[in-house]
Amino acid sequence: MDNLNLIINGQEQTISGVQTVRDLVVQQGLGKAAVAVELNQKLVPRKQHETQTLCPGDQLELVTLVGGG
Amino acid sequence: MQVKKINDQPLIIAGKTFDSRLIVGTGKYPDYPTMETALDNSGTQVVTVAVRRERLVDDQGRNLLDYIDTSKYTILPNTAGCFTAEDAIRVSHLGRDILEQLDNPGKDWVKLEVLGDKKTLLPDPIGTLQACKQLVADGFKVLCYTSDDPIMAVKIKEAGAAAVMPAGSPIGSGQGVLNPNAIRIILELLKDGDPTYPVVLDAGVGTASDVTSAMELGVDAILLNTGIAHAKNPVAMATAMNYATQAGRLAYLSGRIPKKLYATASSPWAGVISYIPGE
Repeated sequence: MDNLNLIINGQEQTISGVQTVRDLVVQQGLGKAAVAVELNQKLVPRKQHETQTLCPGDQLELVTLVGGG
Repeated sequence: MQVKKINDQPLIIAGKTFDSRLIVGTGKYPDYPTMETALDNSGTQVVTVAVRRERLVDDQGRNLLDYIDTSKYTILPNTAGCFTAEDAIRVSHLGRDILEQLDNPGKDWVKLEVLGDKKTLLPDPIGTLQACKQLVADGFKVLCYTSDDPIMAVKIKEAGAAAVMPAGSPIGSGQGVLNPNAIRIILELLKDGDPTYPVVLDAGVGTASDVTSAMELGVDAILLNTGIAHAKNPVAMATAMNYATQAGRLAYLSGRIPKKLYATASSPWAGVISYIPGE
C-alpha cells in the first residue's frame, strides 16, 4: 500500500497502510478512545469513519475531551 | 446536616432537570483523583470539558474520561479557546460527535464561548451571537457565555439560547460579581413573562461568599472552575461551594430583610429598667 502524506493535528506525517479515517485512528493508537475527527475542517461523523477515504495532503484533526471550564 | 425541606423548583435547562445548581469545570486540578473527589463533593450534576487535539492521554496514559462517571454527570463541552464564530461552530460539532459516542445526555449541549482576546478572555459579542444563531439552527442546546451586558443577554436569549450565562468577572480572576446591578437587570429582562428561563452566573467567582452573593441575586445556577481547582484544598473548597450554592438559593427564596441606615433593636424596649439616652 502506498505511503500517504497527511497533515495530522498540524504536523506533516507520512503514513502507510492507511486508507480510511478509521484506519488512521487505529494507526494512531486511538482505536478505543473517544475521538472526533475533522477532515479538511469538516467533521467526519463517527459512523462514517470506516467509509471515509483519505487523499494525499488531507488535513486531519483528531480531538478528544480534556479538562476545561 | 439535616435541614427541613424548603419548597423549591428544580433547575431545568433545555428540558433536563437537576437538583444541584452548581456546574463545575474539570480544568486545572492538581491531578485527576483530586478532580474526581472535588466533583463528588461539589454535588454537581453537570461538568464542563474542553475539546483539544493535544494530550489525548497524560504522561501516565490516562484520559480525563477515566475519572468522570459519564453515567452520573451530564457532560457540557465548551468552545474555550475559540476566537471566531467559525471555530466555535467547528469545535461544537466535534464535541457533539464525541458525546454521541459516549451516549451522554449532554450530547446536544454546548457551552458557547467566542472570546475577544487571550489576555482578557472577555467574550466577542458579535462572534458569540453569530455562532449562537448557527448552533441553534444546527440543533444544539446552547448555554451561552456572555458579558454582564443586559442588552446582549436579551439578544442571546432571542437567538434561541437554552441558557444565558453572564460573567461575574473575567474568567479565572476570582473577583466575584463585580456588577450585581447588571446581573439584576439581566434577570429582570430575561425572566419577564418567562420566570423559569435559566440564567447561570458563569466565571469569576473566587470563594464561597461570591457564590452565595450571586445566588442571592436570583440566578438559577453557578458555573465555576478555577475557584475550586486552584484552591489550596480543592476537595474542601468544592464542599464549601456546594453549601454556598444551597445557602444562596435558600436566602434568595426566603426574601432578605431590606437594608436600613439605622438600627432596629431585636429585644423589646418595653420593661427596660435602665436609663435610655434622650428619653
